[in-house]
Amino acid sequence: MIIIQFICRAILLGVPLLYGSTGEIITEKSGHLNLGIPGVMYVGAISGVVGSFLYENSCGNNIENMNAFLAVIIPLLCSVAGAVIMGLIYSFLTVTLHANQNVTGLALTTLGIGLGNFLGASLINITNSELPSIALTKTSSFFSAKLPFADDLGWFGELFFSHDFMTYLAIAIALVVSVFLNRTRTGLNLRSVGENPATADAAGINVTRYRYVATCVGSAIAGLGGLQYVMAYASGVWSNNAFGDRGWMAIALVIFALWKPSAAIVGSFLFGALCNANNYIQGLGTETQELFKMLPYVVTIIVLIITSMRKKREHQPPGSLGLNYFREER
Amino acid sequence: MAEKIKNTHHEPLFHIVKRDDMPQWQAWLIRIVTILVGFLLVGFLSMAITEKSLGDTYEIMFSGVFGRLFQGSTTMLWKYLQEIAILLCLALALTPAFKMKFWNCGAEGQALMGGLASIFCMIEFGEKLPYSTLIVVIAVTSILTGAIWGVIPAIFKALFNTNETLFTLMMNYIATQIIAYYVYIEGGGSNVINPVSYGNFPSVGNNDYFVNIVTVAVITVLMYIYLKYSKQGYEISVVGESQNTARYVGINVKKVIIRTMLISGALCGVTGMLLVAGKDHSINTNLVGGQGFTAILMSWLGQFNPFIMVVMTAIVVFLRLGVAKVADTSFLNSSFSEIIVGIVILMLVGCEFFIHYSIKFRHNKKEVKA
Repeated sequence: MIIIQFICRAILLGVPLLYGSTGEIITEKSGHLNLGIPGVMYVGAISGVVGSFLYENSCGNNIENMNAFLAVIIPLLCSVAGAVIMGLIYSFLTVTLHANQNVTGLALTTLGIGLGNFLGASLINITNSELPSIALTKTSSFFSAKLPFADDLGWFGELFFSHDFMTYLAIAIALVVSVFLNRTRTGLNLRSVGENPATADAAGINVTRYRYVATCVGSAIAGLGGLQYVMAYASGVWSNNAFGDRGWMAIALVIFALWKPSAAIVGSFLFGALCNANNYIQGLGTETQELFKMLPYVVTIIVLIITSMRKKREHQPPGSLGLNYFREER
Repeated sequence: MAEKIKNTHHEPLFHIVKRDDMPQWQAWLIRIVTILVGFLLVGFLSMAITEKSLGDTYEIMFSGVFGRLFQGSTTMLWKYLQEIAILLCLALALTPAFKMKFWNCGAEGQALMGGLASIFCMIEFGEKLPYSTLIVVIAVTSILTGAIWGVIPAIFKALFNTNETLFTLMMNYIATQIIAYYVYIEGGGSNVINPVSYGNFPSVGNNDYFVNIVTVAVITVLMYIYLKYSKQGYEISVVGESQNTARYVGINVKKVIIRTMLISGALCGVTGMLLVAGKDHSINTNLVGGQGFTAILMSWLGQFNPFIMVVMTAIVVFLRLGVAKVADTSFLNSSFSEIIVGIVILMLVGCEFFIHYSIKFRHNKKEVKA
């Protein structure tokens, strides 16, 4: 069933983007355009890798000694911690010190990618590995464990139940965030902070707190995307720069999904399919495959243009996106 | 004694006030102190990781940038200047766009396309055209391709107000894939194009990078004059300050956006040409190597002033090369220098706060006795 295989592959490729864009949506809803997301995802990935590396070593690299719960929760917590620290740096600079958001974000990306590659290379050095990569296949086996009845249900099982748990977690987070933004009071407050912080402030909402929390929670979610990539997609193998430009694609997906986490779910799978289409179309030469790899970007640009042309009010970015709020400014 | 009236209103410990105007020398003092603190931090960080003494660390950094300069060897110095020239050229290219508040994040792609035009001409016309004609053809096509790649997002920005940050970002990856495609075809599936010997910039006095460095020096001066003294430069700053004001005084905002991005893209195309015809004589997807993004930071840290940008790029390239050498001598990964550059830039971004704002602490009012 090549079509089922294709869809499953698309979902697997799309999940890191889904994490990244769900996180970025929360951050952007508070009015902050965090271009540091690629760096945050790198740091999320490498922190998880470091955590699981230490745990595997403490168990003597023997899968018998490893506790499934710890093997999963340690990388998860490390990943969240690393990503939140990056989010804190970003929010301290932009919220408290009123630094330019684009510049801070880009510098954070430089820092994050540097950190990821540096720590990755250091781990590779420690293991004296022949290959320029570090394999955490044992931890990965816990991460990519399937539901036991998936194989019994044929194509249906493969399509819906054969994924790793972080895929379901990503969808769950996206749905929860969607409900949170549209159906809760805190979500409404958050959106108002992003639309017009001065009005929100006058209504008694603590703009600074909302922006800090939104950026940090958003970073934490995005960081998980990095971890999912390493543990589920790459089967626990970290190699430098392998994560590539997925962070930027996650930011593009935010626009593609028009700032709706539920739309981002579909969008991420579509992006995954587009990224992967070149491997499934028969008779493509390697050179044409390279051209096919630009599909997700072209689609994003087309969506970008169409949404800007239609100018529908509910499809617009948050009103004060990219602008810092300073209470004493008129 | 009368009972104290409890003040239920909470007064914060301090609050932040926007400064009207800080004298230039004070602002620069803050920036210079930040850079010095950054350098100290770099030294201590490297010292902690590499277990070398502070003096040794700085010595290695210096030797990584200038090499054996005092022994009379200028090879490394020229290489340093060349690296500055490339980063500076990209930063200069972005500056008019940023001054207009147009976030051109696509320098990477625009330079790649310029480079692609160069290598294409070098391969296709190298044998057919005389040298001087070939150079002119290379220059014209590179500038045009860069400009076209830059102006596409600008047209949509002008017509529909399409978000330019993401548009230009996406254009980078499209350019990357086009290069990958071209390299695959030209390299016969090997993913490498062997250096082309036609259409290379001449070396002056045994120095390959002379043309690149002089070109960028000229662009620096021209850009300063363009932004500061030309009518178009003034229009750019008015549009950047407020599009409504610009419209009110009769500036055609759409025209300015498109024209400025043509210039910005063209200069990125020039950078691509300098990289291909003046340095690598070949092309790969990593030609610009992320410098398009660093250039954004350089342009912003340089306050849109080309001469300050020279200083800022010199510092950042010094850090990049110097720390890479430190990492190299200690068998660390070269990404160490990316971390350091990231930290120092974040510090510089943060220090602007103290230039534009001041912190007022709560006055300790004496309580009035009843």
